[in-house]
Amino acid sequence: MATSTPTRDAHTPPPRGSQRKPVNAHRQMWRSRIWRFDDKASPYAYIAPFFLVFGAFGLYPLIYTGWIALHRVEMTGLDRMEWVGWANFDRILHDAEFWTAVSNTFLIGVMSTVPQLLVALGLAHLLNYKLRASTFWRTIILTPYATSVASAALVFALVFRADGGLLNWVLHFVGLGDTNWANGHWTSKIAISVIVIWRWTGYNTLIYLAAMQAVPTDLYEAASLDGASRWQQFRKVTIPSLRPTILFTIVISTIGSMQLFGEPLLLEGGTLGAIGGNEHQYETLSVYLYNYGWNLGHLGPAAAVAWAMLALLLIIAAVNWLFGRFVRKSAV
Amino acid sequence: MTMTSPAKVPELALPARTPHRAPKRASRFKPGAGKQLQGGPFAYIALAVVGIGSLLPLYWTLVAASHTQDEVLASTPPFLPGGRLMHNLDAAWTQAHLGKAIVNSFIVSSCITVATLFFCTLAGYAFAKMRFRGRGALMTGVIATLTIPPQLSVVPLFMLMSDLGWSGSLESVIFPTLVSAFGVFFMRQYLSEALPYELIEAAKIDGANNFRVVLSIVLPVARPAMMVLGMLTFVQAWNDFFWPYLALNQQNPTLQVALGQLSASYTPDQSIVMAGALISTLPLLVVFVIFGKRIVGGIMSGAVKG
Repeated sequence: MATSTPTRDAHTPPPRGSQRKPVNAHRQMWRSRIWRFDDKASPYAYIAPFFLVFGAFGLYPLIYTGWIALHRVEMTGLDRMEWVGWANFDRILHDAEFWTAVSNTFLIGVMSTVPQLLVALGLAHLLNYKLRASTFWRTIILTPYATSVASAALVFALVFRADGGLLNWVLHFVGLGDTNWANGHWTSKIAISVIVIWRWTGYNTLIYLAAMQAVPTDLYEAASLDGASRWQQFRKVTIPSLRPTILFTIVISTIGSMQLFGEPLLLEGGTLGAIGGNEHQYETLSVYLYNYGWNLGHLGPAAAVAWAMLALLLIIAAVNWLFGRFVRKSAV
Repeated sequence: MTMTSPAKVPELALPARTPHRAPKRASRFKPGAGKQLQGGPFAYIALAVVGIGSLLPLYWTLVAASHTQDEVLASTPPFLPGGRLMHNLDAAWTQAHLGKAIVNSFIVSSCITVATLFFCTLAGYAFAKMRFRGRGALMTGVIATLTIPPQLSVVPLFMLMSDLGWSGSLESVIFPTLVSAFGVFFMRQYLSEALPYELIEAAKIDGANNFRVVLSIVLPVARPAMMVLGMLTFVQAWNDFFWPYLALNQQNPTLQVALGQLSASYTPDQSIVMAGALISTLPLLVVFVIFGKRIVGGIMSGAVKG
């Protein structure tokens, strides 16, 4: 990101219409002082709202989560905190359900992110051609972005229903009927991934498309002069030029998949949704946190889950970084 | 720009100002810029398939919302909208208190959108065009906040809301979302290209103070970007689910929360749930049909990372 700006002298005394009226020196000094203060303080005043709101409702709670994780706090009496030390962490780390949730979150994350980004890349490539009604196609593909998690999850819950579900009806024609999608370990994860893919592919497509249109055309011309085929151009020109964008979408999608909540909660709804299926087969970390804090009412362990999520994010970030370094090294 | 009479401001004497940054290419994403390859029939077929896939679930929502549950779940489901739409909408409306939920959603989304636009334009302008100590570090901080999932802070946030006396009320949903890091970033990107320094300086020469510059120069220039950011923010606020679901209750829900609760109720009628889903999606679909082009352009211009 470009952060350099032309060096504009902030202390330049402002010109005033001083030729017309003679202003006494005292007043002039005051005015320039006010002016200088305005120039110094204004930028901070303009960015202050962001940092104040973020500090109060983002950063402070984030840190305070760590403190709560060391206490016993119940939903029934929010003002009573009782020190328990590491007990909450102990509790969740020895809970098999927690580890199921970790692996579910990870698996669903991979199963939704990888196809989503690959499809988005292909679609962006198609949209990068000269097409009739290109805006129309872009808008259509983005439409799922306008739906909420809740309505998307509920429609797909109907599609993936075991009896009377639209998908099973379609599968009957191929001779594959009656899959109990939400009940299966893999099928339930597929169902949730489909909801995620449906909602976010269009969004990522547009991000890739924007990056593709920024690739200078002479690169393609040079490549085609060298005899590169379309596919080789795509691989050797488009993909490398898009590398920062691809990394960006991977990071954003990874963070997004850590947060999956509405999709699993509403896939079956009711009590099954709150625990992620009868065998927790599609319970994500967010659902686990919700279940501990808001269903069972134990906020201490819920806060511990939040910290576990933070640790997981840091691990993913580290892996990403190492991977990026590895890719860069092997590319040289 | 006001290059009219430099003689009138002799006392300005800007000390060896470095030349302005060369104006960047006005738009890097002109559709059809350069030589573009013509798309063949395969491209259209593939796009049509994906397009149908995008719209089918929405169509199915409409179909399911206009039949009885038994018809929807029959061994051969219906494919055309039926005649029960009004009945189901009415049932969803009364069962899930959707009337109140719609009003709540409008209040929440509008407040968040207006505040986000104002604060993000101010901050974006400061980051784009003003020099101050710590600017780079602070901007990095803004971007870093993008990577923090809300899950990490909901437990204390919930307790904080209870301390503030905002439990279950709309304030608890509005206040944490008054600003957005994406918005600051978006406005910064736009203003650093669209707002020339000459314009700001001209206003200052005319005696405007900084806030005056914001009101009479920055806001008008920023308007197109504010339109886009406003729509994106509204869509996001309208669709937000996780925190509202934890913070609000059955008596005072937003649309999404009401929808979640409707489906979580004992054996919900699927047609009525779908009618609720339709009600919650319809306003945004209308927005999309009208402003689709702008939203698409906005996502594409906001997406680009340097």
